[in-house]
Amino acid sequence: MDFALIGRIWPFFAEAAWVTIEVSMLAIILGLILGFAAALASLSRNVLLRWPARAYVSVFRGTPALIQLFLLYFGGPQIGIHLGPFEAGVIGLGINIGAYMCETIRGAILSVDKGQTEAGRCLGLGQTQVMRRVILPQAARMMVRPLGVNAIALIKGSAIVSTISVLELSYTAHRYISSTYKPFEMFILASIFYLAIVTVFSFGVKKIDERVALES
Amino acid sequence: MGLDFSILPAYADILWKGTLWTIALTVLSMFFSLAGGVVFAVLQLNRHAIIRWPVAGFAWLFMGTPLLLQLFLIYFGLVQIGLDLNAFVAGVIALSLHFAVYNSEIIRSAIVAVDKGQYEAARSLGLSQFQAMRKAIVPQAVANVTPALGNMMIALLKESALVSVIGVMELTLSAQRAISDSFRPFEFYIAAGAIYYVLNLGLEQAVRVAERRSAQYR
Repeated sequence: MDFALIGRIWPFFAEAAWVTIEVSMLAIILGLILGFAAALASLSRNVLLRWPARAYVSVFRGTPALIQLFLLYFGGPQIGIHLGPFEAGVIGLGINIGAYMCETIRGAILSVDKGQTEAGRCLGLGQTQVMRRVILPQAARMMVRPLGVNAIALIKGSAIVSTISVLELSYTAHRYISSTYKPFEMFILASIFYLAIVTVFSFGVKKIDERVALES
Repeated sequence: MGLDFSILPAYADILWKGTLWTIALTVLSMFFSLAGGVVFAVLQLNRHAIIRWPVAGFAWLFMGTPLLLQLFLIYFGLVQIGLDLNAFVAGVIALSLHFAVYNSEIIRSAIVAVDKGQYEAARSLGLSQFQAMRKAIVPQAVANVTPALGNMMIALLKESALVSVIGVMELTLSAQRAISDSFRPFEFYIAAGAIYYVLNLGLEQAVRVAERRSAQYR
């Protein structure tokens, strides 16, 4: 183990870790928005909403994230979509995780007892009101942890944006492996940052979960 | 530059070969990740902390880091210690280890979840220790474990695309080769995506059959 080397280059990894955090957090926000919209659309009675939502989930969960990313970044210009690596990374990861989050959110909504909807309707609430005031507050409690699992998978999965030359942790690790021939040191160094990010994030999810459980 | 999907048939051969390599890669990694998952699970249930801890530490490290990073470690790391394996073997090792860790978590909790009374009942009916394990505990654990392991295997197929970065000529890298020849990324990534989608559908079907078969032991 070459500790002198690690001591010299860790600041570059710290800088790259920020990029990993930025890409991941933006993608998680995009994924939550898409997942939420798709979940509501897939539960709609309107076929024009339901069908595209189901297709989105099926296609993006049924193919590798790497292929989706390459299609967006390298294939995008052919259909007039010109994105830089960072933007393509965020959008590609966000669309991908959105499909998984849709299933999580949908499952949580469906797990709320049907009697709740009926009771709400009997009390004279409209369909939107029932969803907003009765179903979603109860479903929210159940979706925090599984959405956290989705998000943590995304943080680790964000490594794939290194293949479109976003200068994040895995890209930096790969670059230093090629220039120093020290794969073990670089792996350990990058792992420390990934584990730190994932640990802090899990702690945050746990806190949110406790808060939401307390409120309801 | 507009889209022209009529170019695809000219490259059918390379895509077909890539598909076969993806299938080989996935099937081999599935097998080793399941076998490895059982081994890790058993080791983590061992009475001796000296055996339990290193496995738990390894599992923690591999569950907290990206597969891509593990792929770099294994591919370049094996070269450094003098084992110059080809990229395909390194890819199988990385995928197997990565998913073995996740599988072992699933298998371990399933073994623990089977009620102790089941074992005691089997023993009091006159079954030997081994028979009780084989006829009572394992079938029930298998039924509990099949849906979760099935999801892992479906994830494995999609994650196998990552080994293209270390130069395994599977479907993703085959598509890239076709692209560097034809300069048509959009068409070929759509084609590769469609092939992955079909493989995924087939695998999902197989998992569903396995679930139904194993559910009878519940």
